Amino acid sequence: MNRFGSKLQTHWDWRAAGNFMFGGTGCGLILMSAAASYPNSLPLALGLQALAFIGLGLFLVWLEIGRPWRALHVFFHPQTSWMTREGSVGTILMPLALAGLFMDIPGLVALSGILGLLYLFCQGRILLASKGIPSWREPAVVPLILSTGLSEGSGLLILTLYAIGMAPIQGWVFFSFIAFLAFRTYSWTTYLGKLNGSKAPKKTLSILNGINPLMLWGANVAPIALLLTSMFISTYTGLLSCLAAALAVAGGWYMKFTIVARASQVQGYSLGKLQKGRPKMKAPVRRKPDSFVFDQKYEKENA
Amino acid sequence: MTRYVMIADLNRCVGCQTCTAACKHTNATPPGVQWRKVLDLEWGEYPDVERLFVPVGCQHCSDPPCMHVCPSTATGQRDDGIVTIDYDLCIGCSYCTVACPYQARYKVDKPRFAYGDTPMESEEIRFDERTMGVAQKCTFCSDRVDAGLEKGLTPGVDPDATPGCVNACIADALSFGDIEDEESNVSELLAENTWFQMHAELGTEPGFFYLWDKELPEELQEKMQGE
Repeated sequence: MNRFGSKLQTHWDWRAAGNFMFGGTGCGLILMSAAASYPNSLPLALGLQALAFIGLGLFLVWLEIGRPWRALHVFFHPQTSWMTREGSVGTILMPLALAGLFMDIPGLVALSGILGLLYLFCQGRILLASKGIPSWREPAVVPLILSTGLSEGSGLLILTLYAIGMAPIQGWVFFSFIAFLAFRTYSWTTYLGKLNGSKAPKKTLSILNGINPLMLWGANVAPIALLLTSMFISTYTGLLSCLAAALAVAGGWYMKFTIVARASQVQGYSLGKLQKGRPKMKAPVRRKPDSFVFDQKYEKENA
Repeated sequence: MTRYVMIADLNRCVGCQTCTAACKHTNATPPGVQWRKVLDLEWGEYPDVERLFVPVGCQHCSDPPCMHVCPSTATGQRDDGIVTIDYDLCIGCSYCTVACPYQARYKVDKPRFAYGDTPMESEEIRFDERTMGVAQKCTFCSDRVDAGLEKGLTPGVDPDATPGCVNACIADALSFGDIEDEESNVSELLAENTWFQMHAELGTEPGFFYLWDKELPEELQEKMQGE
């Protein structure tokens, strides 16, 4: 296969990237906060902060659309559109979490945390369904989006708890933060490895390989090392874990901004494999609902 | 069933861009928007230089990724395979644009005219506010096809029922017709020639075929590889 004419897509810019950055963080935060506080009440500051991040992401997307006053049309296509699904999950999550926070019902907050995880999954699938962008349609992008959202959420939870004076933090929060960072390290290296083995545009690969040392060591390995160190040097636990959290959050944002706004080259055009004979074409698919599981075609083509 | 497809004969195309101009004339697209355009490829070194011209645009896929991702159902598909956009439903989120593997979609946020802010008379008359801030692309001139069918004409055969770019092609490189009809012009062309579909490996099953009879030289393959 020969491709040519690849260039950076500019339709989704920093505003779209902002949705993945802040929406992902907010979802990770609401999930981790709900888990950390359950069955007790979630501190208002934490819950509102998570919702503010999700809201900021959605607001940035709203700024990007060409017909903002038609935004409600986004809910018209749940059969196959992951954008509709993301919007729908967000629309349920927000009031549910607010009700849980203000009416002091931990069960509702927990439910909104689970929806946060679903929201993250939708974000990953939004990228995966973008067939025009090789760095997005790589299936490994889904676990990457999930793992980074969870890492950022855990990091921000630790930062916020220290900021509002609610330390010491339960041990399992640190351990799950380390586990999510390890998951992100694995997802990132898998994602990059698969892209390097694919026919992704050279520019895409050069940008992503360029940020690899920073992502791998600065945003993943260093926070893990800091967290492990903090367990042995209790005097500096707060400082080291906050530093680890800041690195994890900043690294996740930087990675998502890069993937969405900088390493999103279109695949370009190509001349295909020559064939002979009158083809039998598949009938137009019209609006057949899709399956929620991964498309086997993608897996085959990316194998 | 009818399934309209377009064929570009790369052995015939001379890269004159008349189809591009005809498309702009027919559909009144603003500057910078080319529903139909022709890529110009060149390889080799003087004096052994070769050029290849590849018309591109919406491929009216049987399984269009743009339609699946569209959150507003603005992108649809007719029974005859033509992929459509409802400008009144589209929210301009550009998800379809990044989902399209053929770079076929455009979004224009503000009115654009050939000579600055003041439209020419023709631009003023043909300006369509509905196309602002929403996705737009080649329609296979579905309005011409439908109007022709109403008059009992055959798309791809009768010019009044045929897309503007096909009518305008000076080299007879572009053809349009019903691939489900075994005796149609497009069926015969595909039966008698070697052809390819662009990015067929993505499973989109494009309704756009390219007649071509050579593999690309290795030198160009290497150059193009993952550019």
